[in-house]
Amino acid sequence: MSDVAASKGAEAARRGPFAGLNLDTRASGVTLADAGPCARFLLRGGGAAALAVGMALHLDMPREAYGCATDDAGRAMLWLGPDEWMLVAPEDDAAALTQKLDAALNDLAHALTDISHRNAGLIVRGPQVADAINAGCPLDLDIKAFPVGACTRTLLAKAEIVLWRIEADAFRIETTRSFAPYVVALLQQAARDQD
Amino acid sequence: MSDMAQPNRLPAGGAIEGRVDRNRPLAFTFDGKSYSGYAGDTLASALIAAGVKLIGRSFKYHRPRGIFSAGPEEPNALIELRGGARREPNTRATTIELYDGLEAASQNRWPSLAFDILAINQIASPLFVGGFYYKTFMWPASFWEKVYEPLIRRAAGLGRASESPDPDHYEKAYAFCDVLVVGSGPAGLAAALAAGRSGARVILCEDDAQLGGRLLSERQTIDDAPAHLFAAAAGGELRSLPNVCVMSRTQVFGAYDSEVYGALERVADHVTAPAAGVPRQRFWHIAAKRCVNAMGATERPIVFGGNDRPGVMLASAVRTYLNRFGVLPGRKAVVFTTNDDGWRTAADLVAAGAQVEAVVDPRASVDENLTKAAAAGGVRVLLGGYIVNVTGGARGVTSAIVSVAGKRQILTADLVAVSGGWNPQVALTTHRGGKPRWSDALSTFVPGDLPDGMTVAGAANGDLGLAESLRKGSEAGAAAAAACGFSAAPAPQPRAEDEPTAVAPLWHVAESRHKAFVDLQNDVTADDITLAHAEGFRSIEHLKRYTTLGMATDQGKTSNLNGHAMMAALTGQAMSDVGTILSRPPHQPVAIGAFAGHHRDRHFRPTRHTAGHAWALENGAVMVEAGPWLRPQYFPRSGEKDWLTTVVREVRTVRSVVGVCDVSTLGRIDIQGRDAAAFLDRVYVNTFSTLPVGKARYGVMLREDGFVMDDGTTSRFAEDHYVMSTTTANAAKIMQHLEFCHQALWPELDVSMVSVTEQWSQYAVAGPKARELLMQLYGPDVDLSNDALPYMGCREIPLRGIPTRLFRISFSGELAYELAVPARYGAAVLEALMALCGALGGCPYGTEAQSVMRIEKGHVAGNELNGQTVARDLGLGRMMSTKRDYIGRVMAGRPALMAPDRPTLVGIRPVEKGRRLTAGAHILPGGAAAVAANDQGYVTSVAYSPTCEGWIGLALVVNGPARHGERVHAFDAMRNNDQDVVICSPVFVDPEGVRLRG
Repeated sequence: MSDVAASKGAEAARRGPFAGLNLDTRASGVTLADAGPCARFLLRGGGAAALAVGMALHLDMPREAYGCATDDAGRAMLWLGPDEWMLVAPEDDAAALTQKLDAALNDLAHALTDISHRNAGLIVRGPQVADAINAGCPLDLDIKAFPVGACTRTLLAKAEIVLWRIEADAFRIETTRSFAPYVVALLQQAARDQD
Repeated sequence: MSDMAQPNRLPAGGAIEGRVDRNRPLAFTFDGKSYSGYAGDTLASALIAAGVKLIGRSFKYHRPRGIFSAGPEEPNALIELRGGARREPNTRATTIELYDGLEAASQNRWPSLAFDILAINQIASPLFVGGFYYKTFMWPASFWEKVYEPLIRRAAGLGRASESPDPDHYEKAYAFCDVLVVGSGPAGLAAALAAGRSGARVILCEDDAQLGGRLLSERQTIDDAPAHLFAAAAGGELRSLPNVCVMSRTQVFGAYDSEVYGALERVADHVTAPAAGVPRQRFWHIAAKRCVNAMGATERPIVFGGNDRPGVMLASAVRTYLNRFGVLPGRKAVVFTTNDDGWRTAADLVAAGAQVEAVVDPRASVDENLTKAAAAGGVRVLLGGYIVNVTGGARGVTSAIVSVAGKRQILTADLVAVSGGWNPQVALTTHRGGKPRWSDALSTFVPGDLPDGMTVAGAANGDLGLAESLRKGSEAGAAAAAACGFSAAPAPQPRAEDEPTAVAPLWHVAESRHKAFVDLQNDVTADDITLAHAEGFRSIEHLKRYTTLGMATDQGKTSNLNGHAMMAALTGQAMSDVGTILSRPPHQPVAIGAFAGHHRDRHFRPTRHTAGHAWALENGAVMVEAGPWLRPQYFPRSGEKDWLTTVVREVRTVRSVVGVCDVSTLGRIDIQGRDAAAFLDRVYVNTFSTLPVGKARYGVMLREDGFVMDDGTTSRFAEDHYVMSTTTANAAKIMQHLEFCHQALWPELDVSMVSVTEQWSQYAVAGPKARELLMQLYGPDVDLSNDALPYMGCREIPLRGIPTRLFRISFSGELAYELAVPARYGAAVLEALMALCGALGGCPYGTEAQSVMRIEKGHVAGNELNGQTVARDLGLGRMMSTKRDYIGRVMAGRPALMAPDRPTLVGIRPVEKGRRLTAGAHILPGGAAAVAANDQGYVTSVAYSPTCEGWIGLALVVNGPARHGERVHAFDAMRNNDQDVVICSPVFVDPEGVRLRG
């Protein structure tokens, strides 16, 4: 009875933030999909910490607004602020990443916080995707102003999100877990409004 | 479609036939009667075609009114559109696109439009002069609310709003561009073409369904072809450019800071009801680097006797009805104009086959081309003349009485076309504080100081000629694009004429002895202006408020300037000194639903659920709002008759066995850094640098002003790693506070904060069997003994591979733990915990039982942390460090906050056993009168305590701790619950804390 994870298997014991939500937009121009579980870390620190992390992960650390660095292993370093980055990686990479980062950051001033479970990742895709997001987001999402790879922390109506353009017609939206139903409902409505 | 049905529709194939689609007839009703029009009509043009002259009754005098204009400035033809929940009052018939099945009704009439009883107000009109509210209804004062106001509201007022919820939805959206062009008349089209061809991102907004503005209404030519064809071709080219977005049916209603413009797109106003999923309107925030304002101009009327009768119409509107809609607003017309432009109306009427009795122009001489053309059309020319009165009634105008050189003559007419000149649409230029400038040449205000990024072109800038508008528009568009870094090869200018536009000012025909209206919508007459002047309300702002001039839904678009000029004449001031009313956005009415957009119903506020939400619902929890969160309030079982029975059972179960409560909503902030300990010492009143690793401590934070801000426990997991918990309500506020402290006050500290509230699902496990339950969960390998995890200890313990954190903290006063697990495992761990809990005889408990237990234990919560209490008031004064500084320390030392007689935390019990206490009751000394001077504090929290078997409460009482055992009076007049209570210690259960440490 005491064996939560083992009895069900760790996978079966988990419930994602979109569990029980219908992600169908019933719109032709925009679709929603659960980005699924992944490893996420929030890194806070100064230039030295950023340099160390960049070297350890072989990533060109982004230093400016909208900046993002990715690699072939599926790791992505998103610039959120002058001393703040979000690292997103495949879930099974978490242990190796933590080890590498701890070693690299060792005695440098920094904070590395696991937020894998805090966030909910949503993939929003389709020809009308920018218009739908603009129903709640006050940013210029023209492809020239917000190109593929651009990312930023912003608002979607009343939810704080991280918006990341992963393709010309696709964005990844990261929000905190409990805001997932709100974000989904809002995007569904906005998607239908574009039809 | 027969002529019988549309007697005023010009025949197809004539010299003037309009451009409605005669192959698409549309049926509609007005006041229940069926009519027909064509696609391309407005409701106004279709009503004119059908011969309907009387559209509504006026606001104050219930005078018959007809259609006055052909655009958004319409003051008269306001109707109720649609029925049922979609009924919309005060919509302008001149802007409503006709659709099949349209339902419209006149408003402000009773019992019927043709026979209106309240028209008697005209006879009593001395009562209704300017300021009549203030004069007539002064006495007795008590009559205002009950008698006068309801009467006035029924008699005056305009349409009726629907009382049902709006069935449609509205969208908000953001758009961005280099150049925003407002208006698609000649200047706007030329600007959009110039900017669009350069490659700049252009948004062109047009209020009308069609592009073209006045080009649709005039018989002008561009490049030797009818001007409307130029508009169609320009629209086609603009729509073909990928960098240009053409938004028709979109009015830009406001200019805001940072070059943001507000615009309303009427997505589905031109159909009966929006299709499924389609918003009715879309509210746009448009961020534009540059704006070319080409909103055009509004024709102004002249004030003379009977100028409100149905059949008196703006001269330019007559041309719109002829040339665009192919309808004839009258068969026998008199044109009254102060400017060259008005003469075109006579020419167009003649071309359409109407009889024009005369052109009356107060000027002594005009361009002889005008008089020659008029004579050729058989039109009399009455120079130096005025219309002093128009006669007629509900069926419309019957004649115009004209005065020329002191002699009066009566001209039979059913249409009086009026032009006093043109007023540029300056509104957008003034929304950010710019003042318009008086132009003597145009006798009107033109844009003065412009907001950043805006240029004005065409008639909006006072350039009334067609060729000039096209040229200036093109230049403005190219310049705006160039300012954004785009350039285009200069294109050849389209060929067009600059028609004559000379004007002489005439605001009011002073000879008129009959009611002459300045503001048609608010029934403000020339006499009201005179009266306001006589009574000293002479500044235009006073004039506005005293007479209500320009305060109606049309915001005085056709009335302000005349009224202000009339006042200027009375005071002898120049118009440049009088100035004009600065308009505020929105320029046109915007439905409140559009402002709200999606922010209604479930989108009004995000509702946040914990990972255990589904489990709670499955197990019958009654949920309660806690800020944006929903939390289980209590878990009723079958047979429990009310919430109190359930809560009593939950409390007894926790105190005797074990219970589990979802506390995931409490704020959690991860704090790391070499200076984390020093940082915490500065934000908490008590010391956290001395907290050993693996221990938790209760902390209190103050605001800068010394009052308590928040409390909670903070645990230390490493030398440089703490986890802070906050109250649910203050989670975001505390995060902000900490970030502010770090970024603004002490940026030198090596510390950083991350909100991890939602990373963890957290469950309180409380009761004598709490340890037993957790030992079963973690298994035999984990030591949870008092030595391994003592009271106020914390540890990271893996649970079958899942990292968990276990805190030995207690809010209930029992042996208690809080278990934190990563949120995706939250639901599974809760299920496992509850299964074990149930097997031990325990139960889940909600916020209600939690609250009862914290009151029993004397813990303060939101009711006591109310922003008016300092630490000492709450019995926490001894926590305040005397050795170091922290936020709020100095201000907390102010004498009034240190006063020994401040209300301080105590417990209370009713003297009469079993009597219910009420929170909010005031504490009075026994026998003292219930007056403020005797007030000694108040009851903050009450609960029925199953443990004490009676009601208990917490209170803040003057000198409280010294008064344990004293009998006082709890006064609650609000709920009629006065009773004597006894002051006692606030800790009702286990004062020695034996259970906590068990």
